[in-house]
Formats: sequence, C-alpha cells, structure tokens
Amino acid sequence: MSKIHVVTRVNDEKVEFLCEPQETLLDVLRNKLNLTGTKEGCATGDCGACSVTLDGRLVCSCLTLAAETKGKSVGTIEGVADGDTLHPVQQKLLEHAALQCGVCTPGYVIAIKALLEKNPDPSESEIRYWLAGNLCRCTGYDKIITAVQDLAGQSDKFKEVV
Amino acid sequence: MKTETQNSHIGETLGHDSAILHVRGSARFTDDIREPRDILHAAIGLSEYAHATLVQVDLEKVRQAPGVIAVITAKDIPGANNFGAVLADDPILADTLVEYHGQAIFAVAATSANAARKAVLSASINYQDLPAILTARAAAEAHSYILPTEKLDSGDSQSAIDSACHQLSGEVNLGGQDQFYMEGQIAIATPEEQGAMQIYSSTQHPSEVQHIVAQALNIQSKDVTIICRRMGGGFGGKESQPSQFAALAAILAQKTKRPVKLRLDRDTDMRVTGKRHDFNIRYTVGFDKLGLIEGIEFKFSARCGMSADLSGAINDRTMFHCDNAYYLPNISIQSYRCKTNTVSNTAFRGFGGPQGMFAIEYVIDEIARYLNKDPLSIRRKNFYGIKNRNITPYQQKIRDNVIWRIVSELQTTSDYQQRKQDIAEFNANSRFQKRGIALTPVKFGISFTALHLNQAGALVHIYQDGSIHLNHGGTEMGQGLFTKVAQVVAEEFQVRPDLIKITATDTSKVPNTSATAASSGSDLNGKAAQQAALIIKARLIDFAADKYDIHTSEVIFKDSRVYIGDQSLPFEDLINQAYMARISLSSTGFYRTPKIHFDRTTFTGNPFYYFSYGAAVSEVLVDTLTGEHRLLRTDILHDCGNSLNPALDIGQIEGGFMQGVGWLTSEELCFSDQGELETHAPSTYKVPLCSDTPEDFRVNILRHNPNKENTIYRSKAVGEPPLMLGLSVFFAIKDAISSIANSALQAPATPESVLNTIKQNHLS
Ligand code: FES
Ligand code: FES
Repeated sequence: MSKIHVVTRVNDEKVEFLCEPQETLLDVLRNKLNLTGTKEGCATGDCGACSVTLDGRLVCSCLTLAAETKGKSVGTIEGVADGDTLHPVQQKLLEHAALQCGVCTPGYVIAIKALLEKNPDPSESEIRYWLAGNLCRCTGYDKIITAVQDLAGQSDKFKEVV
Repeated sequence: MKTETQNSHIGETLGHDSAILHVRGSARFTDDIREPRDILHAAIGLSEYAHATLVQVDLEKVRQAPGVIAVITAKDIPGANNFGAVLADDPILADTLVEYHGQAIFAVAATSANAARKAVLSASINYQDLPAILTARAAAEAHSYILPTEKLDSGDSQSAIDSACHQLSGEVNLGGQDQFYMEGQIAIATPEEQGAMQIYSSTQHPSEVQHIVAQALNIQSKDVTIICRRMGGGFGGKESQPSQFAALAAILAQKTKRPVKLRLDRDTDMRVTGKRHDFNIRYTVGFDKLGLIEGIEFKFSARCGMSADLSGAINDRTMFHCDNAYYLPNISIQSYRCKTNTVSNTAFRGFGGPQGMFAIEYVIDEIARYLNKDPLSIRRKNFYGIKNRNITPYQQKIRDNVIWRIVSELQTTSDYQQRKQDIAEFNANSRFQKRGIALTPVKFGISFTALHLNQAGALVHIYQDGSIHLNHGGTEMGQGLFTKVAQVVAEEFQVRPDLIKITATDTSKVPNTSATAASSGSDLNGKAAQQAALIIKARLIDFAADKYDIHTSEVIFKDSRVYIGDQSLPFEDLINQAYMARISLSSTGFYRTPKIHFDRTTFTGNPFYYFSYGAAVSEVLVDTLTGEHRLLRTDILHDCGNSLNPALDIGQIEGGFMQGVGWLTSEELCFSDQGELETHAPSTYKVPLCSDTPEDFRVNILRHNPNKENTIYRSKAVGEPPLMLGLSVFFAIKDAISSIANSALQAPATPESVLNTIKQNHLS
C-alpha cells in the first residue's frame, strides 16, 4: 500500500511525515516524531492517556488517523509548557501531588487545559464528568479534582498563558 | 506540614521525584526509551481453547507474513521452558498442552509491532478439546487442586459453635480483579557481547526476571542484567508476570541477534496475565445474644488458575487475615487452592488478605442483620483487646492495637451515630431510593510471609563534588518509594534531597533482591539505604575527628554543613577533603527484618513484624429500581506510624481505597462458558472513574502513633492496607438494601448483582 504524505503542525511547528493509511496519530507521534509524552493505555478510545488536541478540540490520538491531521494543528503534552515555565495546569497538578505513576498525567494535562479553555469556571460535577474519560488507576482522582477546582474561576491567570 | 519527628526531611510532604517529568510528559517509561535502529517487535500467539492438546501447530503462514523475521515455539527455548515463580509449572510457551484460553503458544518477531500482531493471526492450530474446569466451585467439587489444602485450627470451633446461643451459615462469591496498570507489560531485550543479555523490563521483581531469563536462555545470572527505572503502575501484576514477557523477548533477541521489544496491547495483557483470585466462601458461625463470636469455621475455595504461581502465599495470607481486627478464639479454616483452566491468578495489592477480610466482615454483617443490630456494635464487641483477647488464630500476640482509637475517633468525626439515624428516617420515607452506611476496620500484617524475602540491599556513592548516587533493590511503580528512600539518605547526611540522584533499579548494582511487594518497599529499602549512608557517615566522622583532632561526638551533620567542634564547613568540602585523604566514599547497605518467624507445619508463629491499621465510613445512595449507587461520602482515618511523607501516604490511601471500591462494586471479570475472558478492555471492564469517587471525601492520617517496632523513622507500610478500606462501600450498599433484601449480596455489587439480590428477596 502506498504511503500518505502528511504536512501538519504539531505544537505550532510545521511537521511532515509519511504514514500508512491505517496508522494512528498516536503511533506517528510516538514512533515517528519521537513525541513519547502521549501514552497508549488502551488503543480503543476508553482511557484518555493518548489525549491531544486537533485544531483545539480534545481527541483521542489512538482513534485519530494520522492522515486526518493533514493541514490541521495538533497539540501534545510536549507543547504545553513554555520552556522552563510550566503551564498553570501542570503547576497545580504538581502542587496537589495529583499523580503517582504518571502514565495518565499527560492526558490529564491536555484534558484539563481543554476543559478550562472551554469553560474557565467549571463546577465540581462538570469537572468530574469531563474527566470521566481519563482513567487513572493510581490516585483515586481526588487530588486531580481538587487541583482543577483550584484553577477554576481563575480565568485571567489562565488566559494569560493560553 | 510535618509529622511529629525531630528530623528535617522525614515527614516532609516532598513531591514525587518524577512529578515534574510526568506533567511535562518527559518521564521515560520502558516504551519511551529511544529504539535502536535494528529493533524488532514481538507478538504472541494465544490459545483459543481453555483446555486442549495441541495436535498440530502450523506456523508456515506466520513465517511468510510480511515483516516477520523469526517465529519461536516451545521447542526453540534453549533452556528451561518455565517462568513459574515458585513451582516449575508455568510454561513460557505451551508445548503440547494448553491449559487456559489465552495461553501463549508461539511468538513472533517482526519489523513493526503491527506486522507482528497481524502475523500471529494467520497461524493454523489444531486442538483436541479436553474437559475444562472453569470455576473455583466446580474445581472444589472435582477435587481439582493446584496445591495441597491448608488447615488452621485454633481452639475448638465445633463445640463453641454448637454451644452458642445462635448459629448462622452461608456462602458468598467474591469476584477477582484485573490490576489494570495503565502501562501494560513490556520488555526490551538487547543481546550483548559474549552471549549476555540486557533487558529493560517493567517489573516489580527484577531479580526474578533475571534468574528466569538466564534459565530460559541457558546462561548464567551474571550474563543477564535487568533494568527498571519506573513502571506505569504495578499493583502486584508485575511481580511474577513480567518474566514471561522478558523471557520471550530475550529468546527472540538471542535467536535474531537483534534487540526485541515485546509490548502487550491492553486486550492481550488482560487475557494473558493473572488477576486477583476470586473466591467462593462458606462459613458457619456461633455467637451470643449480643453478637460476640464464639466459634467460626471458614471454607475458602480460591480460583488459582492453571498453575501455582504465588497462590500458596496468597491463600496463606487469606488465612492470616480472615480475623481482620477481631478476636476469634475458636476458629477452623480450610483453604482450598483450586486448579482451574483459566489464567493463573497472581498477586494484587493485598495479596489474598482482602478476601479473608471480606469474609469476616461479611459474617459480622450477617450477624448484625440476624440480631437486628447496628453492624458497628457487633464489630466493637469482637475487636481484639489491648491487654487480653489479643492472640491471633496463628498465635501471634498483637502488641500495637490501635483499632479502638481509630474507630472511636472516626465515629465522632464522621458523625456516624447521627447519620445512621438520619438514614433510617430517610429510608422510611423513600420507597425506591435507599441510603446505607458502614464503618469497616482494617488490620493488615506487614512482612513477607516467606521469611527469606524480608531482606534488602542498597548502594550509595558520594562523588567528589558532594553529589550522591543512590541505588537500591526496590522498584518504583508510582508509589513514591524512590522519593522516600532518597529522603532517608538526605536525612542521614542532612543534605537537600535534590543532591541525591535516584537511579534505576538494576540487577548489576544490587543483587538478589526481593519483589517490591507486601507493602515492604520503604521498610526494607529505606533501612538498607540508611545503613549504607551510616557506614559512609561513620568513615567521614572518623576522618574529621582525626584530622581536626576532636572527639567523634563533636562532628555533626546539619543543614548541608558539617560542624566540627566550633568550626563548620560545607558538606561537599568535607567530601573533597575525605577523597584527598583516600577515604572510601561508597558503600553497600543491607537489612533484614528482625523478630519474624513462622512454622508452616503448625501454622503458628510471628509472621508479621507489625500491623497497619485504618478504618473507613462510607455512605451510599442506592436506586433499588436500577441497582445503581452513588457514593455520597467517605471518611478515612489511617495509620502510617510516623509518616515518612504525608503527601505520598495520602496518595496511597486514596488510590488504594478507590481500587478497593472498584474491586467490590464495578470491576467484573466475565468468562464465557468456553473459558474465554470477555471483559478484556476498559470498554467492558469498569475501573472506577473520576465521577465515581466520593462526593465528599475526608482522608486523615492517624496522628501521634509512631510504630512500636524499630522501622525506618518509626513509619509504617502503606502500600496495600488502604485497599481494604473499600470494604466500607460494599457494606454500605448491603446496608442500604437490607431493609428490602436480606438475601446474600454477591461481590462485586454491580447494579446487576444488587438487582438480583432484591429480586431473589421478592421471589422468596
Ligand atoms: S489509548 Fe487512546 S483512549 Fe486509551
Ligand atoms: S498516576 Fe498512575 S494511572 Fe494515574
């Protein structure tokens, strides 16, 4: 089968790659672009570890074909911090010790950031249901929820960085 | 926040050492390690029968498939075809017989993971079907056991039950649980010079992987090195399981002379690897009018699967924990270790303990329903005493009982009594929505019950610039062990923790290690690292005393400096001086747990160094028309001794609790009647979600309770015990439906199970 030539933007940089038609964005990120911060937890769209944004929309990269990203803009965990300066979402997860093994963490950073960009002041149940697509087997979630609550309503602070 | 110790780095809420890497996505897990150019990817071909003879295994099409470089079967294993942790009964690849649906029969190495996974599907295998035993119950009936039945008798249960005022007997089924670590099983094997093999493995037990790979390759342990910087969760599922995948990668690597990565996808991982043992529990109990248990008999039938794996020790721990926090002077326990044609069940946080504790809590709850009393009053009636009534069924005297204190404090802070009343009122006025509440205790024994495993080693180097390299036999799976051990070393040298480089677990640095399991990680490795640090420190003190001509007691390490009489100098300056004076700045450390002993023939002794305690109160709202529930509130009070690091410990408590809740309410392993696991992905296997946590969650560490034993800074192990706090949710659900359904609620209490219970009650 012939390969597809894709030109896209990843974390605001122009990127080109060749992929098979059935190759997922997750596999291309990890195997071709060496962006291994995006994780595979299930490969079936059920765990959120592979979360990225596509033109600003939260998607599972395991369910997105790499070829679909042609001409679009992909956001991954590697593009969230600004050099040495962490994004407020990253900072809050650290402050609240809201992680253990860390496999789910990049997906959470992306999903929380997407939530707050859409709704800067989510209620606790909005947070819980938005994040219900991101599995974490270690933390029991409470610290993650508290970290997001701690950011909610701080739209100014948040927008500065976004 | 600090706990009550004098030290500066102990009791500090220091974040996880890799936290900053995790939030950036730059922490390297095994699958993130940059791949060598000539790497191959492996996949395994699985049995489609639960029990069958392999008549013909035709792999010609697999060999011809695009990208395939090598195919191996049992015949291609140069050494021992076994990865059994205890007995040699776990083939790496099935040879002529398959004993569970999903058992590995062959493996493939190909140029990409997709090519390998596709190739295995083109095998054509002829099976001769054999009768399969799938459940513990069926195995017990057929007397199909993988290990001999164990018995423990203390007192005279029979006559105590007979002469008691009341008797009850019953039976309950308790489901298994998949570990569902977020990072699946993975190994990368790289052939080295002279037939050696280096392997990155996601494992809680690098030494065992090393020994098993060496035997499989028919080389010596010195020629195999296992490295693990971190795992993406383990929970017991990476104790005995990883050696199979490391061995397969290594055999393929040896054959192809190229690096080979074997990473299981989620579905394969869930099909192939062992889980928490599911149980059938039968009991008979005799008790007085107030609910005091006079005699009790348990029959535990555990589904062990097709091999022994760790089932012996796991089922022993069930026997050790079916007293939980209760004094049971007349008890008889029979533990049947059932052989079934299903995946070999294995370690999972709690290691058999949770099943034993579930059993006694179930009995207590049934007694309360029978006597129409608050289950908490029955619990209190039966708690171990402080001065008397403190001997366990295995004859260990309990010296550190704090269950009374924990339960009393929690009862008050959670407002238990008032809420109990409010709930009764609510339920009287609500036809379909019912509330329930339960307070359940935890007492968990700390130590490996296999004596020889209670040892650990560490390695500390100090470099000329004063920076410190730390290595030990423990593994990091997210629990924060590396952070805790680094805190210990920082404490001994009184330097900042960031001066210490935490390094990957590596069998070439610290040999013959035990699994990071049994909650023992920081107890064992913390002490070993402390000893290594103390050896170097003693040399430094002698050197300084000698050089500055002062008594050794006047050399003091404090705040990154060393005070020598009335002068002081930076830590790194002393290090440099010591180096120039040719003082050794490197040491190993070693620790073995004292005081423990156990006689397996009589099932008596002191198998545990100490106990960890805790309790939880949970309140739920059950919809009796759908069987669904909401977790309204949970209060936890948990004993960590002098917590080494409250932030990490609270993380263990919350995470453990939710895992226990998942086990008992939503995670259901369904097998077809052909023995095929049907719930092998998160789409059908329901681990708790963010939306499932208690709406009101209050977690506290018990204060002012230093470990009575001389553990590392008087802390206590915290890895496993909190899982069993999840029992409170199961019994709250049972409480909620108790007014309309008295039949036995089976675990997990899924909506289906709850509805079945209600339905049965309406029918009877
Ligand atoms: S890996 Fe994409 S959702 Fe799980
Ligand atoms: S921290 Fe391990 S899965 Fe979330």
